[in-house]
Amino acid sequence: MNYELITWLIPLAPLLAFFIIFLVTYKNNRLSHSLAIGSAAISWLLSMIIFVFAVTNQEVIEEGLTSSISWLPTGETWLKIGVQVDPLTTITLFFVSWTILMIFIYSVGYHNFGQPEGDHDRPGLPPHGAEIIDQEGKHQHVPSIEPMYARFFGFFGLFAFAMYLLVVSNNLLTLYIGWEIMGLCSYLLIGFWYAKPSAKAAAQKAFLTTRIGDVFMLIGLAALYTITGSLQYEVIFSEDVIHYLATSMSPVLGLSWAGLIGLLIFMGVVGKSSQFPLHVWLPDAMEGPTPVSAMIHAATMVSAGVYLALRFFPVLSAGWDGGAALTTPMLVMAVIGSFTALFSATIAVAQRDVKRVLAYSTISQLGFMIAALGVGAYVAAAFHLVTHAIFKALLFLGSGSIIHGMEHGILHTQEHIDPQDMYNMGGLYKKMPKTFATFVIGGFALAGFPFITAGFWSKDEILSGAFNGGFSIVFWVLAISAFITAFYIMRQISLVFLGEARTEAAKHAHETPSTMTVPLVVLSFFAITIGWVGIPEYFPVIGGLVPNWLETFLGTMLHGEHAVVEHHSSIPLITSLVVSLGGLFLGGLLYRRIKETDKDPLEWSLSGFYKVLANKYYIDEFYQLVFIKPAQWVSEKIVYQFFDQKIFDGFLHGIGSISIWLGDKFRYWFDLPVINRGGDNIASWTRKIGTNLKVTQSGRIQDYMILALAFSLLGGFIFYWILF
Amino acid sequence: MEFGINPLVLMTFFPLVGVLVLVFLAPQQKNAMRWTALGTSLVTFAISLWVLFLFDPNKADNLLVQIPWFRLAGVPIQILMGVDGLSILMVLLTTFLTPIAILSTWKAVEEQVKGFMIFFLLLEVGMLGVFLALDLVLFYIFWEFTLIPMYFLIGVWGGKNRIYAAVKFFLFTMAGSVLMLLAILYLGLQAGSFSQPELVANRSLFAGSQLLLFLAFAIAFAIKVPVFPLHTWLPDAHVEAPTAGSVILAGVLLKMGAYGFLRFNLPLFPQASVQAAPVMAVLAIIGILYGGAVAFAQKDIKKLVAYSSVAHLGFVMLGIFALNPEGLSGGILQMVNHGISTGALFLLVGMIYERRHTREMSEYGGLWKAMPIFGGISLVVVLSSMGLPGLNGFVGEFTILLGAFGSKVLGSPWFAGIATLGVILAAAYLLKMFEKTFLGPITKEENKSLKDLNLREIITMVPLLVLIFWLGIYPQPFFNLINPAVEQLVQLVQSAALVLH
Repeated sequence: MNYELITWLIPLAPLLAFFIIFLVTYKNNRLSHSLAIGSAAISWLLSMIIFVFAVTNQEVIEEGLTSSISWLPTGETWLKIGVQVDPLTTITLFFVSWTILMIFIYSVGYHNFGQPEGDHDRPGLPPHGAEIIDQEGKHQHVPSIEPMYARFFGFFGLFAFAMYLLVVSNNLLTLYIGWEIMGLCSYLLIGFWYAKPSAKAAAQKAFLTTRIGDVFMLIGLAALYTITGSLQYEVIFSEDVIHYLATSMSPVLGLSWAGLIGLLIFMGVVGKSSQFPLHVWLPDAMEGPTPVSAMIHAATMVSAGVYLALRFFPVLSAGWDGGAALTTPMLVMAVIGSFTALFSATIAVAQRDVKRVLAYSTISQLGFMIAALGVGAYVAAAFHLVTHAIFKALLFLGSGSIIHGMEHGILHTQEHIDPQDMYNMGGLYKKMPKTFATFVIGGFALAGFPFITAGFWSKDEILSGAFNGGFSIVFWVLAISAFITAFYIMRQISLVFLGEARTEAAKHAHETPSTMTVPLVVLSFFAITIGWVGIPEYFPVIGGLVPNWLETFLGTMLHGEHAVVEHHSSIPLITSLVVSLGGLFLGGLLYRRIKETDKDPLEWSLSGFYKVLANKYYIDEFYQLVFIKPAQWVSEKIVYQFFDQKIFDGFLHGIGSISIWLGDKFRYWFDLPVINRGGDNIASWTRKIGTNLKVTQSGRIQDYMILALAFSLLGGFIFYWILF
Repeated sequence: MEFGINPLVLMTFFPLVGVLVLVFLAPQQKNAMRWTALGTSLVTFAISLWVLFLFDPNKADNLLVQIPWFRLAGVPIQILMGVDGLSILMVLLTTFLTPIAILSTWKAVEEQVKGFMIFFLLLEVGMLGVFLALDLVLFYIFWEFTLIPMYFLIGVWGGKNRIYAAVKFFLFTMAGSVLMLLAILYLGLQAGSFSQPELVANRSLFAGSQLLLFLAFAIAFAIKVPVFPLHTWLPDAHVEAPTAGSVILAGVLLKMGAYGFLRFNLPLFPQASVQAAPVMAVLAIIGILYGGAVAFAQKDIKKLVAYSSVAHLGFVMLGIFALNPEGLSGGILQMVNHGISTGALFLLVGMIYERRHTREMSEYGGLWKAMPIFGGISLVVVLSSMGLPGLNGFVGEFTILLGAFGSKVLGSPWFAGIATLGVILAAAYLLKMFEKTFLGPITKEENKSLKDLNLREIITMVPLLVLIFWLGIYPQPFFNLINPAVEQLVQLVQSAALVLH
């Protein structure tokens, strides 16, 4: 089989679906979603072929597989675009293709395919539900189909294309193209219900915030290209180039070129993977339909950021000897990652919206990965990327299912309550058993429930990486974050599923259709089993029973230049056990039996601080006050009204006024008195003379004859006098 | 040649045929006039494609036509026209945008159609002449000639404030050209020729005063581009001009300035160019940030687009004065990109203005629902102007960025670094515009019943959209046209830089 060709084809299928849906089938819902899902399935199948091929083929593991074509000429050289397969691509393809396929299938049910159209539904707004008359002649409220159903799948195709493009690319330019198209898709999909003011604001925020990071990344690309003359991975990650980058100085802040470029690229990661201080867009991004959140939080956007950091690790860590002396980019990553992990975990604790909790949890988990990379735990970061993508997709789809069930209840009872507020739920485990079971699996994986779940293994590996590398601050911050993580996810599970129903709607919630629950089941299978590929050999009792395949497989990415930590302490393991079980226990204990809809036990225990948490540390307000408002003010008042209107136009008008003034003066001082008056005088004198001479014009021939005679005599006299 | 007439001459003066026909049409035959103008401009476009077919990028003097004209103080002035890699895309852009602009006036211009179309075709003659003339006097004549039709297009068919804008436009540009005329005369008398190739070959004759000469030319061109702080005529002219006028103004007339730098300033005064490059680059960067900031403050859509031109042309200038192959070819491509994207934006603004007679963003909102096709097309154009990868703007911007970053003449990556921040601004103001006009609920009653684009309007937009994607996905053919000429230019400038150091 031609594996290069297969790799090229992976992103193409969804792109094709995008175009066909928008140009041809946009009026046919069934055809459109079949096309989209079909294309996702093709990409999935091709990815699996590549996966199996790469895993079983030693050559690919060591050499990679690559193919490129020339795209953009720059001077004498060409910017090339192409694809490649190496271990990192392989494992990324694995989770991306699975999650994308599952999310696509899930969307069919989520958007109420097969339901009637709502009478009041308008494009650009979420469907309100339809009223139908059932067989017994009773009026019933049922969910209605999304008015822009086909468009949704079209955008999804483009989204999937961008992510696949980014993953299979063999150079930073194509990666960047996929990266930006993904930014666009997030804009289009977060703002899918564009008539909703909150959605359009969220879309704009997402695009702009990530763009800030992207622009720095673009500068990084330009720098890299200028210095190395290429953006191909095989060139820029070759040992000579890395060595050169690490040892030559850039003109900025005394950083080496590797340090500067690493930081610039990392800014892109901060934007895309929603790290502090550019994390603000991700929680708002849940304004989009829930499958979009799942796409953004698991399969695409944020994973792409971490993927880039992994891909770029050779440059980020250029000059690092494997010890405690980190390179500047790594140090920055360690600090920002662990800070973000803790910071957003605390925010998640105080959120009431079922999706918002998960959103902050994503930010926090991404912080884990970035921090892991910062301390050099490359394999652990990649491992957590995979497991997180799976269980976070599961959790988001689960939350979508919960909301869907709640909306069903609301339609039935006609209550006016927020279907996403966890305090309006409770006791859903009876109503939605499949959602419940799968959500618990996902939640426990997030919490790192020991041994069974995938999240435990990857998180444990990050913690032990930080501990064994000697970065105890990072270790403790992450450990506390892990504890909070377990706590808030158990809080969520308890509030949503356990106890008694707190509203009528929750009593009438309904399990969702199988298009939604089957993907949940598939994903929960992986949320457990995927962890077993990376059980460390030194692990007590079961270590070594299953070979640590991931370490061997991904380890080849690092060229074996980093020292392997030899001694293994049991402190990280014990810590992971304690924080995970402790957090889960405490969360369950506190929230098991909440009766009212508005009291949170943390509210009295944390008092004022709870409000700070619930308001996300007021970061949004702070940005509004410090950046956005001043920027608007400066651009409008200073740059436009002062400089452009007053200074530049004023200068011009000044010249104009001076000219007019000068002209005026010329007119009154010279033109009028001299030229004009002079002219007038000549005219009036002429007239006066004329009037005086008029008497001579009597009209009588005798007078003229006399005059003629007189003048002849006079003339003759003068003539005579002059001549003689 | 085949017709016994040089295709360049034929192309340049063909619009006059249309003018001749128009003169004999009765004032009430409006549609006949429109079709005549459209037909003429389409034939001109066809001839330009023929020129493209005959064009060989590796030759500097394609289809050269050389006819002695008259003598000035003993120095011969010729009708000297030719096309090379620097001008071919500009010529095509002109002939491509003119029919599109004419098509956009179908419903918008109802009064004095005859005069409008005549001026429009005359304008095309002038623009083509500017891009093809290789004799400095001939160039100057064409250069000034473009002012007159544009002056009337703004002054007669423009908006409320049209007289002010037209006069400002005319005086500003005219004032800039005066110095250029002096410099041209000085060059001609000094070197005994007005022919650009000859002057380039004999540039040692006036090397002593080249900094002043550079400045004289640069001011004329910088006003046209416009380079900050000489941009203040632009927003008024763009906003007051009728849609078709704005399209041509942004699409082609501004390019004449940047083209002037490429054709005259760099090859005639290479040392001075190298010396002035950092200053020009700084002005370009100020333009990028300044234009972006002012655009962000606008409430009127057309003004926003107008100021965005200042920012975009800043990128072009930055690329040109990076003085390396990447920068120059990126700059030229970005000129084309800007012509397409901004031209398209002006067309879109015109379409909505025809429906609602307002351009205030606050009057809109939620249009996507009422006009889905219009919304979709606008989104693509906005993204292209923003420089989204996969669309045309990115290719130009990225190449310019590479050029500026690696430029030896500029000597510092800070130029590229700061200029890139303009990309954030572009995203901010364009998204703001899109959000305010297209997203959200429909707040105004009169917007609910707006009609979506009709067939003519879609036909106007489709060629632009095709190019937006083509340039974004596969820009290679365009670069192939540009690159040989750019490399020659770079060699010339670099040898000068060597002399300098």
